[in-house]
Amino acid sequence: MAYFLFRRTLGFVLTLLAVSVVVFAVMNVLPGDPALTILGMDASEDALAALREQLGLNAPLVTRYVSWVWNALQGDFGISHSFRVPVSELISERLPMTISLAVAGMLVTLVLALSLGITAAAQHGRAGDWGVMFLSQLGIAVPAFWLSILLVMLFAVKLRWLPPGGFAGWDDPVAALRSLILPTVALALVQSAVLARVTRSSALEVMRQDFVRTARASGLSHRRILWRHVLPNALVPIVTIVGMQFAALVTGTIVIENVFYLPGLGRLIFQSIANRDLPTVQALVMLFAAIVVTANFVVDLLYVVIDPRLKARA
Amino acid sequence: MRRLPANFLLGAVLVSLVVGVAALSLIWTPHDPQTMSISTKFAPPSAEHWLGTDQLGRDVVAQLMAAARNSMTVALVAVLLGGSIGVALGLLASALGGWVEDGVMRLADLGFAFPALLFAIMLAAVFGPSLTNAVLAISFINIPIFARVTRASANQIWTRDYVAAARAAGRGRFAISRDHILPNIAAAIIVQATIEFAVAILAEAALSYLGLGAQPPASSWGRMLSEAQTLMYLAPQLAIYPGLCIVVAVLGFGLLGDGLRDITDPRLARAR
Amino acid sequence: MIELSNLSVHFGHAAALRDANLVIERGDRLGVVGESGSGKTLLALCLMGMAPDSARLTGQLSIDGQDMARAAERDWQRLRSRWVAMVFQEPMAALNPLRRVGDTVIEPMLLHDGLTRRAARDRALSLFEEVGIPDPDRRLRQFPHEMSGGQRQRVLIALALACNPMLLIADEPTTALDANVALRITDLLQRLAREREMALVFISHDLAAVARATEDIVVMYAGDMVERGRTAAVLGAPVHPYTKGLLGARPDVGVAGRNADGKRRRLPTIPGSVPPLQGLPEGCRFAGRCPVELPQCATQRPAFTQTEVARGAACHLLTEARHD
Ligand SMILES: Nc1ncnc2c1ncn2[C@@H]1O[C@H](COP(=O)(O)OP(=O)(O)OP(=O)(O)O)[C@@H](O)[C@H]1O
Ligand code: SF4
Ligand SMILES: [Mg+2]
Repeated sequence: MAYFLFRRTLGFVLTLLAVSVVVFAVMNVLPGDPALTILGMDASEDALAALREQLGLNAPLVTRYVSWVWNALQGDFGISHSFRVPVSELISERLPMTISLAVAGMLVTLVLALSLGITAAAQHGRAGDWGVMFLSQLGIAVPAFWLSILLVMLFAVKLRWLPPGGFAGWDDPVAALRSLILPTVALALVQSAVLARVTRSSALEVMRQDFVRTARASGLSHRRILWRHVLPNALVPIVTIVGMQFAALVTGTIVIENVFYLPGLGRLIFQSIANRDLPTVQALVMLFAAIVVTANFVVDLLYVVIDPRLKARA
Repeated sequence: MRRLPANFLLGAVLVSLVVGVAALSLIWTPHDPQTMSISTKFAPPSAEHWLGTDQLGRDVVAQLMAAARNSMTVALVAVLLGGSIGVALGLLASALGGWVEDGVMRLADLGFAFPALLFAIMLAAVFGPSLTNAVLAISFINIPIFARVTRASANQIWTRDYVAAARAAGRGRFAISRDHILPNIAAAIIVQATIEFAVAILAEAALSYLGLGAQPPASSWGRMLSEAQTLMYLAPQLAIYPGLCIVVAVLGFGLLGDGLRDITDPRLARAR
Repeated sequence: MIELSNLSVHFGHAAALRDANLVIERGDRLGVVGESGSGKTLLALCLMGMAPDSARLTGQLSIDGQDMARAAERDWQRLRSRWVAMVFQEPMAALNPLRRVGDTVIEPMLLHDGLTRRAARDRALSLFEEVGIPDPDRRLRQFPHEMSGGQRQRVLIALALACNPMLLIADEPTTALDANVALRITDLLQRLAREREMALVFISHDLAAVARATEDIVVMYAGDMVERGRTAAVLGAPVHPYTKGLLGARPDVGVAGRNADGKRRRLPTIPGSVPPLQGLPEGCRFAGRCPVELPQCATQRPAFTQTEVARGAACHLLTEARHD
């Protein structure tokens, strides 16, 4: 167990390091001269020199990389070129927005996907199964941003039940929640399409196993067997996909924030691209990639919690 | 002859439709997709403009057709580029084994940390947004996917008797990879490519919607949607057609891929 | 208590169980033997209301006076555990791997008998002792993968006994276990049935085990009950050619049912094997493989003939003998 944890943690740290190398390389080596990228072709030589000095571009690449990582570990991502405040400040201002959206999206996704997937498996080969499979096939093909636009046109423009976008902050919690409903739904519907399929096929697999017959022979109801016996056993592949989907979910929040004008990290990234604010983009890309890698790491650990057999082996 | 699965047939129909329209747009569109005409902006559907015109008086059908062509081109290039690098890496990993295999697979793991959008964001920040960057980003995420599929299928073929026979006959690893391994895993790769084609269409649309892909005046379903979003009070219909096109194209390639897998690997089909 | 009359099970047009007649009273211990595919498991599943969805049942199956042959799943759920319970062949996969075995065993008690968790745990403890699981307190908290095959089979037996069923069905409960363990499980089942005055249906390929555990026996072939009677009588002096074949293949009944290499021997050493359901002869289903076949056998179905009290077989030889 300890060895397993150690190996996994080591792998996780190494992956994070490798990711940081990639991010750093793309953002610092590819452009040739980041100062030129930031200021544009018509910048004066003086301004360029000043910016190089400010960004520490005169130091060798390796030194710059090491100090970037070192500072980042202490929560210092440098100064935003366009906002002229520390990047960490920008991030901590907007992180709650993105996290609320991601967590809400994940929760709704789980509830939707698990219930649809299990229902489909229980109805295997019958109308309910076909219905769920059809919807999920469709859901996979629908882009989240288009679904968002459709939802806005229906619920905000036509019915006027919900705001079309924007976020006024948590001072008015009801208004805040209302402005999160459509983004969450848009994020979750598309995500649950994939997950519902995985849940279904994984549940079908489990339903063929002997212990399900034992449960039935003990006089348990179908419903109880499905939720108490089949679902937990179906979770291992589901959790794998959830881990992989986290990448899609993170990407999804970036898109959705831009569709609904929500002031989160996803919006910040796009503002920074428009402003050629390389330090901020670099920090945010690293942050998002780190979230994806961390999600997969957590999934690895979750297996052990879900399945006692693995604990014995690990 | 076994009956073809329904998903394959439906997928084939949808794909033919989209590819057909994209091909047709090379030689004919009802109007020039870029010609503006302020006097006829927001025209309703008519014999002249089947689906009406947009805020600049451009013909919607012509734009959708041109966008289909762009979308197919992007997906094709991205899957071919990323796919061939990925397949080559996978074959290499499988043929050499040992630390090469480990290294390639670790690299593939690393690739999974970067969704296409993150990669496109980095490229856009460095080089400015462009369709080329979008294609590169989508190609990039295809590399690890194809590398994994290729290695997994190739490893199975390496255990076959005829491969052992070829090795005993003194053939080199690369020659065997080319003559025996590749032909035998082609089906799996084609299935994967079809599915990734759908993913690429979706990715291009999203990137273009966000302004990281096709730049004006190039037509793109994603870009049409981002323009339509600002007009949804005035002309909500403009936000419908491009979305439908994306769904039809993605659904088509997705179903076709599933169907192809069912045909080439009946064992899997039964398990699902 | 439990009565089958002319119970048949069809898959499409093929009858996988034909006109089964059976009465099971409290305390009965009944062995069911026959080659693979003779319908033993199917019979057991019918008694549990768990025949496959594609199966079509005809005839009567009454439990406690209620006809259950066409009853709904819901009604069966009320009978399972409290009236009928079953132990399956494969103890490795028959327990939910993610649950502590104690939780699995108390679940039906909470559900059917409305026990509190504490009361259920106490009952589970005494059940574990009853089925011979040492250190039950600790075992209750273990996961299936932490137990041996024999222990798991005992857990499954405890689970089956959770709500004091009237009938316990054991479908080849020992096939997956090694010799000594198999013997002890067989004895355990026999003892439980006697002590609890519970009926036991013991399905096995192992004639020695059946001889040890049961008082009555039914011999099945291709969905037909071809011979029945007291276990000792049938195994001691079989009348049906098929039963003779089974025993002929096993001269060592009552000794140890094993080959020299210690592996259990499977029954079918009668030449050939059970044909698929669609390929069975119209008359006696054993025709074609039977060593003493009569001219009418292939076309005429032999009636079940009583030879003594509670003893009989379905074979033309018996009626022929009378005509002589
Ligand atoms: N779902 C089903 N569909 C069609 N036929 C079935 C089905 N289930 C069982 N059968 C048939 O019913 C017959 C009886 O099978 P059963 O499993 O009861 O035999 P058995 O005596 O338990 O054999 P074994 O000793 O191998 O366990 C077989 O011929 C089988 O083909
Ligand atoms: S009825 Fe005929 S075929 Fe059947 S067992 Fe008796 S003798 Fe043999
Ligand atoms: Mg059986």
